[in-house]
Amino acid sequence: MKYFEDTVVGERVAVGRHTFRADEIKAFAARFDPQPFHVDEAAAARSHFGALVASGWHTAVVWMRMMVEQRRRLAEAARARGEPVAAVGPALGLRDLKWFKPVYVDDTIDYESEIIGMRTSRSRANLGLLTIRSTGVNQRGEAVISFVSTTFVERRPVKE
Amino acid sequence: MSKLHWEDFTPGTVAVYGPRLVTREEIVAFAAEFDPQPMHLDEAAASATLLGGLAASGWHSCCILMRMIADSFVNKTSSMGAPGVEEVRWLKPLRPGMKVRVRTTVLETRLSNSRPDVGFVRCLAEMIDEHDDVITSFTSPLMLRRRETGTRP
Repeated sequence: MKYFEDTVVGERVAVGRHTFRADEIKAFAARFDPQPFHVDEAAAARSHFGALVASGWHTAVVWMRMMVEQRRRLAEAARARGEPVAAVGPALGLRDLKWFKPVYVDDTIDYESEIIGMRTSRSRANLGLLTIRSTGVNQRGEAVISFVSTTFVERRPVKE
Repeated sequence: MSKLHWEDFTPGTVAVYGPRLVTREEIVAFAAEFDPQPMHLDEAAASATLLGGLAASGWHSCCILMRMIADSFVNKTSSMGAPGVEEVRWLKPLRPGMKVRVRTTVLETRLSNSRPDVGFVRCLAEMIDEHDDVITSFTSPLMLRRRETGTRP
């Protein structure tokens, strides 16, 4: 991750792409969100969804995993260039998490994140806060998820 | 057992469910799969972060909260899912060995503008610790089928 000072509002990153298979949809939901339309094809077919759909939490945590992997790749590239890597996280929370459309079996979601706000931390002089909007779009070009999160990122150390 | 429908929820109703023990093993397993940041995986690395020690991914606490409300009441209702979550707050770290409970508050009930057979139950779900301090909370409008208009669209 870049330092707070090296980041600008409007910066976007392609986070990654994931295809949701039936087995993983059911396995995730069985652990964390066992509503019938997430765990059982027959029940899902009778529901208003008409077929098995991924838990919205599942759609969200797949973004998290790919975001962490993306940051790791960027950090490794920066270290290879001999550049410092800023610490990032934890997040304070999120808002406006929207599940616009269901994610059905074998849907492929492309995730993107954009920095929409920045401010320095009032209580911690070495940290800034980034406000990030993340979205997921399916293979038909329809937005399926969006949310806004706020996370700490390290500021560039002041030279002695 | 007949399911709970939109009409069965009244604003102001508070319920508490649990406790549930959160283990180190499940914190690390969730993080390895969905949020592999060192602060959720490794004590030594975590102690150097703002969390000050190993703590669950915030997404994990949301997922535990979801599972607890699914088991305690959502799966006893005519739930149609939720269109989203207004706000998630990560207020305190969720540590290994904590016994957590869930406190749900019905904030508001309203009918769908577009579907006469559907209503929304706006609900605050809070994960609380032994001292009733809130670890994680989320506010979400749950979509429920109404009883009066039948059980099929």
